[in-house]
Amino acid sequence: MTTLLEILSWVLLSLGGLSILIGGIGALRMPDLYTRMHAASITDSMGTILVLLGIMLQAGWSLATIKLIAILLFLLLTSPTSSNALASAALLAGTRPFDEADQDEEKEEEKEKEKEKERE
Amino acid sequence: MIVIFGIFLLTLLVITAIAIVRTDNLFVAVMLMGIASLLIAGNFFLLDAADVALTEAAVGAGISTVLFLSALALTSERERARSSNRALSFTVVAAAALILIYATFDKPRFGDPQAPSQIHVAPWYLEKTPEYIDIPNVVTAVLGSFRGYDTLGEVFVVFTAGIGVLFLLGSGVPLGSLPREKINEGLRHHLIPRVVGRVLIPFILLFGLYVQFHGEYGPGGGFQAGAIIAAAIILFALLEGERRAMSVIPARALLGLMAFGPLLYVAVGVAGIVLGGNFLDYSVLSSDSVKGQQLGILLIEAGVGITVTGVLLSIFHAFAARGR
Amino acid sequence: MEILGLYNYWVFAILLMIGFYAVIAKRNLVKKLIGLSLFQAAVFLLYITMGKVDGGTAPIFSDAGTTIFSNPLPQVLILTAIVVGISTTALGLGIVVRLKEEYGSIEEHEIQEIDEQ
Repeated sequence: MTTLLEILSWVLLSLGGLSILIGGIGALRMPDLYTRMHAASITDSMGTILVLLGIMLQAGWSLATIKLIAILLFLLLTSPTSSNALASAALLAGTRPFDEADQDEEKEEEKEKEKEKERE
Repeated sequence: MIVIFGIFLLTLLVITAIAIVRTDNLFVAVMLMGIASLLIAGNFFLLDAADVALTEAAVGAGISTVLFLSALALTSERERARSSNRALSFTVVAAAALILIYATFDKPRFGDPQAPSQIHVAPWYLEKTPEYIDIPNVVTAVLGSFRGYDTLGEVFVVFTAGIGVLFLLGSGVPLGSLPREKINEGLRHHLIPRVVGRVLIPFILLFGLYVQFHGEYGPGGGFQAGAIIAAAIILFALLEGERRAMSVIPARALLGLMAFGPLLYVAVGVAGIVLGGNFLDYSVLSSDSVKGQQLGILLIEAGVGITVTGVLLSIFHAFAARGR
Repeated sequence: MEILGLYNYWVFAILLMIGFYAVIAKRNLVKKLIGLSLFQAAVFLLYITMGKVDGGTAPIFSDAGTTIFSNPLPQVLILTAIVVGISTTALGLGIVVRLKEEYGSIEEHEIQEIDEQ
């Protein structure tokens, strides 16, 4: 039974680590703020839950498990709130979501400026 | 195995530090400093310093970030000029770093139990703490009782910093004199942070009290508790606006807290003299000398926590109320 | 294996010098204060590293019955130092805010120019 619990906890920990890695890669590769936060929220939710569950299985029924449950509840409550606050603040500050039409517009403007310079 | 984890954290720390110095956006630098503080706290925990890790996380990653951000809101966000004498500074710094690294080869082996720093005074403290004071956390015992003078000095340093900031920035314009529209209403229009904040703030305060009184049995104590309680009230001030925060805990109450902490500490010390012992001698506070020591440590940690809370809140309000 | 132990001290030296470089080479006052904070953090790392004992745990007596503890004295010292560090940083930031109000800038060379006029 103990071996089964250990194997289960190591599987959970590895999956948690994988989620965090995916969240990190997403945060690097995504084009703008909002999609990056979306990717990083994988770290907040799946990563946190899986890693803490894995540690809880290793701690067994003890005071440490209750403290870990409290930490899990706290993180699940505060991480989405801070993401929401961050996104609201970014929206109020004027950060616009990534739009391919905006990029095409910028390229056209650049081409027009180059043509004007060639004419002069 | 743990050593590899430590090496990983330290490498991340160096990369973060280089990024902090190279970026010219000061907000980015402050946020990266929060990450660096958290990495250092993780490292402290790996090096068996649990109390120090808790303090670094609460004070370094929490309060320090808030203070820097409030100061940046009053000054500019971007660093403007290029550095001066970059080549000369870089050469000096690189030479000093190489000399220091060369010097580290003479250090005793990392973790050696027979190193000079481990065999002279530390075993005495580890032996005598169960005998004289009988609390599990040796760090609190040394901080509160064996080296109580140093902690008294530290409380006065924190107090002086609080008074200094109040002299420089004032405790805030009396809010009654401002037209209503100009008073910052915080995040009143944002529902989700306010609701979640209202749910969380009582628990954060409770946790702060837990850390305060649990300092004798595990990592904790006055400094960490003061920082956590101050962080909870700063969260309240950010969410509900400066006016409500000042009406909940007025400036005079904060001044009272700031002054009461050192007063309590010195009073415990003087009580030692009055009851027949020396200054800050806790053994005479009760008929049983061990119980007296525990009572003394409890009282002075309370004094430290009250001081740190009052000072950090006064400094935050001084920064937040400026610039109107 | 010795190199692994020395790595802590090397990181201390590098971090110390990075912080020091920020203090001497950067012109923005807030950047200098940030560099000072990094400098302090490096010193904390040095002391706590020196206090670690092989196979020890945190110096807290518990029911687990461990007898090897890490050195508690550097931890006490650094606990004090962290709080003193944040106090001086807060005071420094107060001075920077006042400088900005009086001179209109927090770049060191601009403040010197205004002073010389």
